[in-house]
Amino acid sequence: MSNVTIEDLDIRLSGIDIISKLNLDVAEGEFLVLLGPSGCGKSTLLHSIAGLIDVHDGRMAIGGNDVTWADPKDRGIGMVFQSYALYPTMTVEKNMSFGPRIAGIDKAEIQKRVDRAAKMLHLTELLHRKPAQLSGGQRQRVAIGRALVRDAGVFLFDEPLSNLDAKLRSELRRELKQLHKELGATMIYVTHDQVEAMTLASRIAVMKQGKIQQIDTPGNVYARPVNMFVAGFLGAPSMNFVEGRLEAANGGVHFVSPTLRIEVTSYPFAVPPQHGASAVLGVRPEHITLSPDGTHAAGSALVSLVEPMGSNQVVWLDAQGVSLAVDADAQFTPALDRKIGFVIEPAHVSLFDKQTQERL
Amino acid sequence: MSTTTTTPAAGTMAKPAAAGTGRIHPARRKHLTPGRLGVYALLITSAAFFLLPLYVMVATSLKPMEEIRLGNLFSLPLHATVEPWIQAWSSACTGLECRGIQVGFWNSVKIVVPSTVISIFFGALNGYALSFWRVKWAGWFFGILMFGAFVPYQVMMYPLVRSLAAVDLFGTLAGIVLIHTVFGMPVMTLLFRNYYAGVPGELFKAARIDGGGFWRIFFQLMLPMSLPIIVVAVIMQLTNIWNDFILGLVFAGRENLPMTVQLNNVINTTTGERLYNVNMAATILTSMVPLVIYLVSGRWFVRGIAAGAVKG
Repeated sequence: MSNVTIEDLDIRLSGIDIISKLNLDVAEGEFLVLLGPSGCGKSTLLHSIAGLIDVHDGRMAIGGNDVTWADPKDRGIGMVFQSYALYPTMTVEKNMSFGPRIAGIDKAEIQKRVDRAAKMLHLTELLHRKPAQLSGGQRQRVAIGRALVRDAGVFLFDEPLSNLDAKLRSELRRELKQLHKELGATMIYVTHDQVEAMTLASRIAVMKQGKIQQIDTPGNVYARPVNMFVAGFLGAPSMNFVEGRLEAANGGVHFVSPTLRIEVTSYPFAVPPQHGASAVLGVRPEHITLSPDGTHAAGSALVSLVEPMGSNQVVWLDAQGVSLAVDADAQFTPALDRKIGFVIEPAHVSLFDKQTQERL
Repeated sequence: MSTTTTTPAAGTMAKPAAAGTGRIHPARRKHLTPGRLGVYALLITSAAFFLLPLYVMVATSLKPMEEIRLGNLFSLPLHATVEPWIQAWSSACTGLECRGIQVGFWNSVKIVVPSTVISIFFGALNGYALSFWRVKWAGWFFGILMFGAFVPYQVMMYPLVRSLAAVDLFGTLAGIVLIHTVFGMPVMTLLFRNYYAGVPGELFKAARIDGGGFWRIFFQLMLPMSLPIIVVAVIMQLTNIWNDFILGLVFAGRENLPMTVQLNNVINTTTGERLYNVNMAATILTSMVPLVIYLVSGRWFVRGIAAGAVKG
């Protein structure tokens, strides 16, 4: 187990700045998920921690040792790749023991580690198979086993579940979480899948264009996103945004738009709101409720589409061109193309500055 | 057993049969439509046309000289004999010596085996280094190497003779092996570089994290994975080097003349009568090696070419 410290990291690939002045601290035993759209630099960051990409500037330490220029093998890391990257000519056992064998660890110890990893990952029966004779899920388990056998202080995962089908993905996701619980090891995990991020992480770092936008617990990132990018990236369907103005009068604050009006006096503003300031209201689908009879309604809109999800349904409203998703009870059937009232819970809304897109 | 199925065997037999009748057969094309006949006629004619020289060679090589003198080129041998083959192999004259084509055969083996092994080894090494390691000026190296592939042999012949002579390798076995290795380098490098370009980069990165260095990754990971392309390379180099004439003639030296050069000597050495049957036998013997390689490796060759799919 080791912690990871990154200071003022600069990464340039063929003359283009991918990451600049990035700082990151990962505590011992933490499960940090780097989340972001493709091309945001999350994989580049992970590969530079692994030592597979040279950094341009900055410092990097793993377990207190400066590893900025260390060889990948000397960093005390294990890594799992999206394409599994198993050695095709070697059996599962040889795949897992490749690293320790190179390191010159004695046979009995290697055997012990392989057996332990195989047992944890249910691979004991498959030890003498070649990768081509394994299914996708088994291959990825072997890849995880290979990382475990290295007895690393930090485990790096580069979108390890992206090549699997939905069912296997959720299965292996659970196994990974279980594994983290058992090992208590530091893990850094790159994904663009917000469900993986939410379920696995002890902290999520949301990245965009080489910068960490927000780093916090999954709950906080979800409930109090620092800007509209983070707000829109997490959650499916994503957060609803409504443009409008703030009205501050008589000690109360209201958010007003052509389609709705709600009181946000109790909103924890960072700076006291200006009267008439333009703002964007962000509200998650589960914090809007439908009110067929119009009581307490913040506004009303046409029902344009209903997507049943089984346990719930997503009702899409059209409020004069602004589209709102509402997470509604599966029992309730709204009439299509009819006007319906909706209620917004003021305690769960987020407000953003229209220009900077930052949280107010 | 129950009364519905008489024996267990019958029960198990019934299943596939039922499945068989249930399967929908695609409408089979009729066997011999006029179009099909035409295609076969064309194929058989062209095959016969291209096989004719081979037939003449084999037939002639099996005839005694008396029969050849009759001039019936296409007739089958009346008194077939393998005497010309034995003569060609062990006692035909190549200039002053009369030890047959076998001398050339063994010389060729001595040249081909090391040349093939060494050129493939370095081709694989080059391809590996160019594909996976950040080599400075890698693009330029590769470009220059490729340029070498397009320069005709003849242009380089004289400078090469002088250079080899300067290091005392001219006219030696080592010299000719070196020449073949150097001339094989561009194509071998290209072959392996392209093969390794299809290997996922993450595999190399995983091996780096596992602590593999340049040589270990090459020998323990990349080379074992390269079997299909090695087979292709072996076929290419074996046939190319075996069929070479000019390089062997110039660089091998009197003691190591390859089979192709010896064959030329057999045919050009006449003491009185031209022994057509012996010449034919010697020619077939010389071309036997590439021929056998093609016949045996056809399947492998195709597999090697189609071996881009290493995803497993």
